[in-house]
Amino acid sequence: MNTDIAVVGFAQAPQVHRTSGTTNGVEMLVPVFQELFATTGLSRREIGFWCSGSSDYLAGRAFSFVSAVDAIGAFPPIIESHVESDGAWALYEAWVKIRTGEVDTALVYGFGKSSAGELRRVLALQLDPYAVAPLWPDSVSIAALQARVGLDRGLWSEKEMAEVAARSRADGAANPHAQLGGAVDVAALLEEPYLADPLRAHDCAPVTDGAAAVVLAAGDRARELCERPAWISGIEHRVDSPVLGARDLGRSTSAAAAAAAAGIDGVTVAELHAPFTSQELLLRRELGLSDAVRINPSGGPLCGNPMFATGLTRIGEAAARVMDGTAERVLAHATVGPALQQNLVCVMEGRS
Amino acid sequence: MAPLSAPLEVGFDYTRSLGPVLGRFMTGLRDRRIEGVRGSDGRVHVPPVEYDPATAQPLSEFVAVADEGTVESWSWMPAPLEGQPLAHPFAWALVRLDGADTAMLHAVDAGSPDRMRTGMQVRVRWTPEPVGSIRDIACFEPLEGPAPPRPDPSGGEPVTMVTTPVHLHYEHSASEEESRYLRGLAEGRLLGQRCPECGKVYIPPRGACPTDGVPTSEEVELPDRGIVTTFCIVNVPFLGQRIQPPYVAAYVLLDGADIAFLHLVLGCAADEVRMGMRVEAVWKPREEWGTTVANIDHFRPTGEPDAPFESFAEHL
Ligand SMILES: [Zn+2]
Repeated sequence: MNTDIAVVGFAQAPQVHRTSGTTNGVEMLVPVFQELFATTGLSRREIGFWCSGSSDYLAGRAFSFVSAVDAIGAFPPIIESHVESDGAWALYEAWVKIRTGEVDTALVYGFGKSSAGELRRVLALQLDPYAVAPLWPDSVSIAALQARVGLDRGLWSEKEMAEVAARSRADGAANPHAQLGGAVDVAALLEEPYLADPLRAHDCAPVTDGAAAVVLAAGDRARELCERPAWISGIEHRVDSPVLGARDLGRSTSAAAAAAAAGIDGVTVAELHAPFTSQELLLRRELGLSDAVRINPSGGPLCGNPMFATGLTRIGEAAARVMDGTAERVLAHATVGPALQQNLVCVMEGRS
Repeated sequence: MAPLSAPLEVGFDYTRSLGPVLGRFMTGLRDRRIEGVRGSDGRVHVPPVEYDPATAQPLSEFVAVADEGTVESWSWMPAPLEGQPLAHPFAWALVRLDGADTAMLHAVDAGSPDRMRTGMQVRVRWTPEPVGSIRDIACFEPLEGPAPPRPDPSGGEPVTMVTTPVHLHYEHSASEEESRYLRGLAEGRLLGQRCPECGKVYIPPRGACPTDGVPTSEEVELPDRGIVTTFCIVNVPFLGQRIQPPYVAAYVLLDGADIAFLHLVLGCAADEVRMGMRVEAVWKPREEWGTTVANIDHFRPTGEPDAPFESFAEHL
C-alpha cells in the first residue's frame, strides 16, 4: 500500500466569464494538460489513473464527460473514472486508488462551462426532488438564507462580509488566472443594491468558466517529479443532511468534522471553497482558523468560480504554496451541495 | 471566425414514485392537510423524512401540523426566475410550522422586503386545484387579520406519483473544428481534419484526437462517397421519427476518412444493405442547405463492387 502521496503538479485554465468553447471542456483542458506534462516531465502514457469531476446538468446533455476524455488521448485504453461532483472529490478517489498500491501516479481534472446555462437555476436540480426542487429555489437565494441566519445571530455583519469581498478582490488582482480582482472600497460596496437580500453582488462568486488539473504521485515517484512535493498529511470529507430546514445553517458541522479528522493544526494558509462571503466567515469559525492563517491568497472563489473545478483549484492553489516554498503546511477545502452541505478538507505539507 | 453556437432547450417531465412516507405527505397536501413524521428523538420532521437522521430506521408515525408557522430565515427575491412559486417579487423563507421541529423551504408573498422579518408568523395559501405536490402550497403569506375561509378538502385516491416539469435553457457552442465542418456543409463541402501526430483524418473533426489528446489541425476535403462499415435496420417507431420504418441507419466511412459517421442509407431495400457496400451522398436542393449534415438527405448505393472487409476492418 502506498502511504505517502503528494501533489506534484497543478495547472488551471484562465477563469473567464464565458469561453467560446464547448461544454465538454476539451479546449480548456488540452493546454492545461500540456502545461502539467511540461512542468512534471511526465508523458500522457505514464499516468496510472485519470479521474475527473464535472456535471451533465451544467453541460445540458448526458454523458458530457465522455467527450472530455478526448483531451486525454484515451486510446489505447486508459484507467479512467468520473465523479458527478467537484474535481476535489475526483482527487479523493485518485488518492484512494494510489493508496491501494495499484498505481503510483494520477491526473485529476475538473471542468465546467457555467455560462452555457442559467447557473442559479441549474443548481436547483441538486436539491431534494420531491419537496424542494419543484419550487426552483436558486443557489443564490439559498446562500442568502444561510447568510441571514448568521446575521440574525450576530455571527457576522454585512460589513464583515464586504471586507471579505474586498480582501479577495485585492488578492485576485495578483492572480493571473482570476476573473475578478482590484481595489474596492468597503463602504462603497455596502451602498450597492441587494441581489438577494442580504446578499449583494460582491457577496457572490461570479459565474465562471474554467478547468483545473492536479497530478498526484506516491513516495519516490513524487520526489522524482517535483523538487518539493506537497505531501497530503490528511484528507477527509463529511456530509450534512440535505434537508435545509433540519440543519443549523449557522453551523457547518461536516466541515468541522472533516477538518478535525484531517488534522489542520499548524496550517498557515487556507484555500477555502466559499462562493459566498458569509460562507467564508462561517468556515473560518467552524475550522477554528486564527487571524494568523492567510485565507485565499489566490483571491478564492469570489474572484473566479469555475463550477466543478473550484474545489480542485483550492487544492492546487494551496499545494502550489508548498511546492514554491512559501508555506510549510496548508489547508484546502472544497464543498458541494446547497449551503455547504458536503465538505472536504485536504491538508498538505512540505518535508525535507 | 467565432465558433457556431445556438440555443439548446432541454425539457422533460420528471416523474417519480413517492413511496409510503412522501406519498402520505403529498396526499395530505392534495387534501389541504400537512403531515410530518416523528423521529426517534420525538422531533417532528416537516416535510417528512423517510429514515430517521439519527438511527437510520424507517419512520412511520405521522403527525398533523398546523398550516401556520414561524419564519426562521428569509431572503428577498427581487426578480423571480422561471418556475419559482410567484412571478412577482417575494421572499424565500424557512418556515417552521406550528407542531413541527424542522423548517420547510417555500415562498412568502409579502409584497415588500420591509414586511419580512425573522420570527414573523405566516400561513399557507393553498392553490385552488391541488394535485398532490409541494406546489399545492401556492406560497405562505404574512399572518395578519382573520384566517380566510379554509377551502374544502378535495379528496380522492392516495397520491403515489409526482411529476415535475424541468425546462433548462443553454447556449450550445460547437468547437472551432466542428464549426469549420458545419460551415463547410453550408457550401456543400465535407471538411475533415488530420491529427498532427497520428495522421488520422476525422470527420467531423475533433477538438482533440482521442488517441493523442491534441487538436486536429490540417484541413482535408473529403469526397461525398464511401462505404457502409456497419449498420442497423430500424424497425421500431419512436417519437420524432421522420421516416417510415423499416429503414437503415449506417456508419458511412468516406473515402480518405479514418472515422465513420452515422447517416441514413436509402434507395434500396433495407435487407440489401451490407457491410462494405459503396454509397454516395444524395444532397437536398441547394436552397435548403444550412450549417447541418442534414444537407445530405441520405446515402444511396452506387452499384460499384463492395469494398473487401480487410480494407475497413480497423475502422469498425
Ligand atoms: Zn492522433
